[in-house]
Order: sequence, then C-alpha cells, then structure tokens
Amino acid sequence: MIINSRFFNRSELTGFIVLAAVLFVILPLSLDVFRLNLVAKYLTYAFVALGLVLCWGYGGILSLGQGVFFGLGGYCMAMFLKLEASSVENTKIQSTPGIPDFMDWNQITSLPLFWQPFHSLTFTILAIILVPGLFALIIGTAMFKRRVGGTYFAIITQAVAAILTILIVGQQGYTGGINGMTDLRTLKGWDIRPDHAKVILYFVEVVLLFACIGIAQFIRLTKLGRILVAMREQEDRVRFSGYSVANFKIFAFCMAAVFAAIGGAMFALNVGFMSPSFVGIVPSIEMVIYTAVGGRTSIFGAIWGAILVNFAKTSLSESFPQLWLFGLGALFIAVVLAFPNGLSGLWADYVQPRIDRLFARKPKSGWNGNSVADGAPAE
Amino acid sequence: MFGDYSIGDLGSIFVMQGFAGLILFSVYVLMALGLAIIFGQMGVINMAHGEFMILGAYVTWMTSNVFQAYMPSLFGGYFFLAMILAFIASGALGMLVEWVLIRHLYKRPLDTLLATWGLSLMLQQAYRSVFGAREVGVELPQWMLGSLHVTDSIEVPINGVFVMGLTVLITVSVAYVLYLSRWGRQVRAVVQNRIMAGAVGINTEKVDRYTFGLGCGIAGVAGSAFTMIGSTGPTSGQLYIVDTFLVVVFGGAASLLGTIASAFSISQTQSTLEFFMSGSMAKVLTLLAVVGILMLRPQGLFALKVRK
Repeated sequence: MIINSRFFNRSELTGFIVLAAVLFVILPLSLDVFRLNLVAKYLTYAFVALGLVLCWGYGGILSLGQGVFFGLGGYCMAMFLKLEASSVENTKIQSTPGIPDFMDWNQITSLPLFWQPFHSLTFTILAIILVPGLFALIIGTAMFKRRVGGTYFAIITQAVAAILTILIVGQQGYTGGINGMTDLRTLKGWDIRPDHAKVILYFVEVVLLFACIGIAQFIRLTKLGRILVAMREQEDRVRFSGYSVANFKIFAFCMAAVFAAIGGAMFALNVGFMSPSFVGIVPSIEMVIYTAVGGRTSIFGAIWGAILVNFAKTSLSESFPQLWLFGLGALFIAVVLAFPNGLSGLWADYVQPRIDRLFARKPKSGWNGNSVADGAPAE
Repeated sequence: MFGDYSIGDLGSIFVMQGFAGLILFSVYVLMALGLAIIFGQMGVINMAHGEFMILGAYVTWMTSNVFQAYMPSLFGGYFFLAMILAFIASGALGMLVEWVLIRHLYKRPLDTLLATWGLSLMLQQAYRSVFGAREVGVELPQWMLGSLHVTDSIEVPINGVFVMGLTVLITVSVAYVLYLSRWGRQVRAVVQNRIMAGAVGINTEKVDRYTFGLGCGIAGVAGSAFTMIGSTGPTSGQLYIVDTFLVVVFGGAASLLGTIASAFSISQTQSTLEFFMSGSMAKVLTLLAVVGILMLRPQGLFALKVRK
C-alpha cells in the first residue's frame, strides 16, 4: 500500500494555493459585497460537490439526493434563525406572539415540539451535522447492506428528494411551505444582513470549506481512500479480500451528506432564507452536474465546477434567459460525451504538461502518481 | 376517519376513488411501459422520458388545432390520427437521440442519466420557445364528454374509460411485439447477451436504435392520452418522471407484468388515500411506502431470477 508521505503532491499544492489565493485574497478585494455574497452562495454548493467527489468520484455511488442533505442542514440553521427572528417583541402583532409568522398564518397556536430544541445554538450546530448524517446512515444501511447500488440507488435517492420536497411544501404550518423560511435576521443577536456581516460570513465559509477540503484530502490519502477507489473499480474483489464493502459505502455516503449539510447551513446564513426549491430533484441533479463539470475525481476541480457553473448560470440567465437552459443542457451532454473527467481532466491532459515543460522538469511522480489514484483501475 | 360515512357511502367512495385511481393507473402504465423498455430492458436511464411524452402531447394539441381550423366535420376522429403522429414524432426523435447520444453511453449507465438530463433541459426550453410557457389544453370531441351513470352515486367519465381502453390496447400490443414477434426476440436476445446476439447475426446497433425509438414512441402516445385528462406545459413531463421511475423499479425493472402490477398498486393507494387526507400527504405516504418496500425487497415485485 503506497501512501503519499506528503499531504499534497505538487499539482495539488498548486491547486490549493491558487484556490486559497482566489478565495481569500483576489475575490474579496475585487468584488463588491453583493457579488461576494453571490460567490458565498456558489461556495455553499462547493461543499456539496466536495462530498460528491468522495461519494461518487471515489466511492462510485451516485446520489441524486444531495439536495435532501443540503436542505436538512439549511432548514436546521434556518429554524434556529427563524426562532430568533420571531421573538415575542418582534411578533407582537400576531395572534400568537413568539412563534414564526408562517405558523401564525396557518392557525398554529403553539410552537411544535420538534421546533423547541432549536432555541439552542449548540443543539442547532449538532443537528446540522447529526440529522443529515443519521438520515444518510439509515438510507445507506438499508440500501448498501442489501447490495443495492448503481442506478437503483440513484433513483431511490431521487425519490427521497421528491418525498421531502412534497412534505415540506405540504406541511406549510410547520415548514413555511413553498416560500420556505424567509426574513432571517440575527445570529445570537448579531445581525447577519448588513454588508460587513456578509463579508465576515464569507470568510467563515471559506475557512470551513478549506477545513472540509482538508478532511476530504485526508480521507483520500489514507487506506480508506484507496479502498473506496478499489471498490469503485472492482467491488467483488474488495469484498472477497475481506472488506465490508457496505460499511465503506455507508461511510462515504454519510460524509457526503454531512458536507452537503454544512453547505446548506452556510446557505441559510449567507443568503438569508431557505426554501424547498433547494431540496428537490432539480437542484440535486444540478449539484451532481457541478461535480461532473469540475471533474468527479478531483477535489479542487469539483469546487471550481461549482463556482464556474453557478457563475455562468447567473451571468447567462441575467443576459440571455432564453439561451441559459440550452447552454446548461449542452454543457451536460458535452461533459458526459467528450470530457468525462471534467475541467480537471482537461487541465491534467492539456495544461499541466505544458506547465511541467515550462519548468523544464520531467513530469515524474507529481501528477503521474495522482492519475493512478484517480483514474486507472486499482488492480 | 371512517366515522362520518355510512357503509353504502364508503362503498361508492371506494369505487369512485378506485376509478380515479384507474385513470392515474393508465397514465402511469403508458409512461412506465416506454420506460420499462428503455430502462428495464436496455438499462438506459432516460431522464428525458417525460419530455418525449410532452412532445406527444404537443403533437396532439397541434393536430386538434389543425382539425378544428380545416376539417371541423372530422373533429370527432382527430384523436386517432393524433396518436399515430405522436408515436411517429416521439419515436423519430428517440431514434435520433439514440444515434447522436445514447449509443456512446451503453457502458456507462449513470452517465446516460446526466446526458439525458441535459437533453431534457434543452427540450423543455425548446418547448417553451416554440409553444410558449403557458399550459395548453386540447378541446375534447363531443363524444368524449360527459359520463356514464352506473348507479345513483357512481359516475364514470367517458374520457377516462377511453384512456383505459387505450392503455389495455397498447399494453397488449407491446407485450405481443416483445414476446411473440421475431423482432421482440431479437430485442430480448440483445438485452440478455449483446455479444452472443451479435455473434449469431443480429444487428445489435439497429435493434438498439429501434428499441429506444419504440420506448420513446410509447411515451409519445402516453402524452397524447395525457392531453385528455390534463393540460400540457413545457415542464409537465418533469412532474411525472420520478413517479414513473419508481413504478418501473418497484415492479422489477425487467418485467412488463411487474410494471403493470406496480403501477396499479401505486395509483390505487394514492387515489384512495387522497380522499382521506391532503393530496400532498397521500403522495408522500405512497412514495414512502414504495421506497420502504424497495429497501426491504430491492429487486422489486416481480424479479427475474438471473445470476449476476
């Protein structure tokens, strides 16, 4: 078992430095607060994409239900913020003061039991991690222990996304319905709406993202990451070698869920609302697309995928609303047909060799070692 | 929840809801049949299946407009021509898509999902640009309006009966084509073992293309039938795609009989529950039950015994 002794190899180090420079220095200096906040919104999807790299790119498990975990994390955060925004003095015009406005509109007169613990920030933060994690554990255990995988798993996760969306929309009194939870104001008394708060939240998010990158990279480098790749390529051989394939799959799926949930929670904080339109099938598939465009086996690629596709989405749908869906659709097809390894694959094939030549070094262990771990069958 | 109704009322409710369920069942079967061929037999996850269905619906709508404008005397029969046109249009588009896109992806089933999702986005936008974002509805011919009185408290709408009859007809012909015709044998041979099928002289590429076209064509007919009970918009297809996939998976992907059985149980559960609770809760409970059963029995209701 060969494990790289260095945490990042040379090309990953370049990727790390470039991403850190762009996110920590270049974007905050060059964008106004509105645009920076948009980038913060894009980055919430980068968390999901990062999870998908582990679960889909490495584990080979395509989940079309990442919106569920994004939504669960986001709703946990939004419930806490909504409760804080619905203090008795803020809501004294309601017939029942002290409960969120949408409950009052739906003739609910007391706070439902499952809302009660969300008065506590500690509980909320734990819930953001644990609720999606446990949910993923249940789904994963039920599916993988019975050796359901591949397309079936994808379709069932998709159904779960559909169920959760219908449930949230249908239970208006408890969840805010189709409008979601809006008008989120303060976090422990600290206003999240003004510009300086948005900048601070942006940096908090970037730091969290890099923490998650660190975790993902750590998983990738350990024996666990190797087993995931082996499982993706030859599941039966791994099973015959005595590994419990199901447990590794469950682990990868849970990690992806937790990353998605962190993204969702940051979404609620940065954007200031949460709604079922980020939970369902369409957003879930879009999240997969970010990963596919960026490169499903590349941590940094997936993050760039999330940023660039969203950036393209915003700018194209602002200027050519008619063309946007054509462009997005064509992009998916092109990525699948022509560049299965996404942007990072293009980079590794065309840009990296030139850089290597430029520095007049032989393209030795640097990115070669990387591509063995990424692409080739682990046999 | 049964307290307020008498036994006779309850009986009528179950019959009426059962009938509403049968109409839903017909739409599910028509949509799922095409998908059972494409997904169950060929293993292609066609996320654009709903859009092929909507294409059939739009073709029907255009045909009805043409008849209304130029041949009002023949309006009563437009639907039969519309159905054939819908089948041809969707089938032809399906074969084109197979040739351009799908045939490169048979070895990567999960990637077909992404590519066809992209295709569905493009088709949706195309419908929006061509037909407008508003939903359109067709005018039904006179003989399809109204309903049959069975008893005092039970009425069944004629268009529902027509859709059901149509479903039976199409199901029987698909079963015939797949299981009894020479071409159907070739399809099943290719599905079971592509290399051997090629070795005994079957043109597998051609079979693939026609199979995909047939699945899409049936989706077009489903869309045509769909216009009789609902209106059509650019994104209507997306609403049904998950349900349809669940129907196919729940039935056991490779089994036509399973598809029909699962469409029946899902639609009946949903429409019966809908009477007693809100539509969204009925749908949630039905889908949850389906997912729950699939977790316990991942191979679906009717599974083929095969060695992997």
